[in-house]
Amino acid sequence: MDARNQLRILGQIGNIPYLAKKIREINMFPIRAKGIDILQINLGYLCNLSCRHCHVDAGPHRTEIMSKPVLDKCLEILSSFPISTIDITGGSPEMNPHLEWFIGDAARLNRRLIVRSNLTLLLEEPYRRFMDVFAQNKVEIVTSLPDYLETKSDRQRGTGTFAKVVEAMRELNLRGYGMKGSDLIIDIVHNPVGAYLPGSQAALEHEYRERLVFEQGVHFNQLFCLTNLPVGRYLDYLIESGNFEEYLSALCHSFNPAAVKNIMCRTMLSVGWNGSLYDCDFNQMLDLTVNSGAPAGIMDFDMDKLKNREIVINNHCYGCVAGCGSSCQGATTAGN
Amino acid sequence: MSYYEPKDLADFPNITEWAQKEGNKFFEYYGAATSAGKLTEREKSLIALTVAITQNCPYCIDAYTTKCMSLGISSEEMMEAAHTGAAMMAGVTLAHSTQMRKIIKKKEM
Repeated sequence: MDARNQLRILGQIGNIPYLAKKIREINMFPIRAKGIDILQINLGYLCNLSCRHCHVDAGPHRTEIMSKPVLDKCLEILSSFPISTIDITGGSPEMNPHLEWFIGDAARLNRRLIVRSNLTLLLEEPYRRFMDVFAQNKVEIVTSLPDYLETKSDRQRGTGTFAKVVEAMRELNLRGYGMKGSDLIIDIVHNPVGAYLPGSQAALEHEYRERLVFEQGVHFNQLFCLTNLPVGRYLDYLIESGNFEEYLSALCHSFNPAAVKNIMCRTMLSVGWNGSLYDCDFNQMLDLTVNSGAPAGIMDFDMDKLKNREIVINNHCYGCVAGCGSSCQGATTAGN
Repeated sequence: MSYYEPKDLADFPNITEWAQKEGNKFFEYYGAATSAGKLTEREKSLIALTVAITQNCPYCIDAYTTKCMSLGISSEEMMEAAHTGAAMMAGVTLAHSTQMRKIIKKKEM
């Protein structure tokens, strides 16, 4: 479904109040950025998997790939401003031919450097080398494993993916990733395999650790719980399964003002494959570029205008402010 | 229209209306009794789900099935808990047949 149709559907939510109204009621509208701590760079929508919950609608059929000039500009900005975290995502970032070069240059900036990898690709040539590239450059790996049960995880990401992730994790553990005393970090993302919200991050991390260590013999650092936002393939799933209104209602009833205060877009800027700028990766998939006078393209980057820009919100943002809050770094409030 | 509608569950927090003091005390107690203590949130949620099923409460079944899924409890674990509840209900019924047996043995020649 194209972005316009997704936004049309997100505007038809029956008796559920628009998120903007809820935020007005707590006197936090409009939400404003408070700086840029994270530059999240989407290297493209090409991916070896086609996960059922993917908000990017990524897959082997996609052709959008970030070019070297855009990546050069990202490096120039990162060199000029004290942005503490470089967060590389996709698609499969490994399928962008510039990744290895970019990691090398980005690592020299001594920032926190994250690559969001689905890991399955790292078992295949010519991508196997990235296990060493990541380790040599102290890249933090964030990988998706929706459930510690193979059958559930595979229902979302495709048959055989759970086993491949575990196998790749074993190889990364051998390189020091996720091991005690090592500074190589691998974190796991949990997101519900269905139309419900994630539970307590601490409780789920405990379960994941028990199962993955004792049943699979693999180690990781932290678990991040992410709420599925009604965007992309997950929105298709909600509609096809008759869960759309009920899910939006559940998000609305779990609205948490504390999560609004900590919402990730206040400290993040998302760069699209073609250099367009967004408040987050979800807005990117809905073609909602940054607004309110801030430049919407990276070639016109202006820190002064972007650092306190007004955030563009829509009803999909309910997902980031429900329950304990949700972000690319997991829950955003205490009590998680 | 059915007497039981999923949207009715959203009205549950409003039961404090017309009896605020008692309602607030209930929610305080409910929160304390269902959150993690010596038992984990997971264990308590499975107990709550089992009670909900045995007591035929559609609202609680909806709420606690969803909560169990959110906590990563598998369908197999939930079904096992349902069988524990079913076995208890059967056991409770048959245990009461001892009363019946006692009366029969007392009154029959």
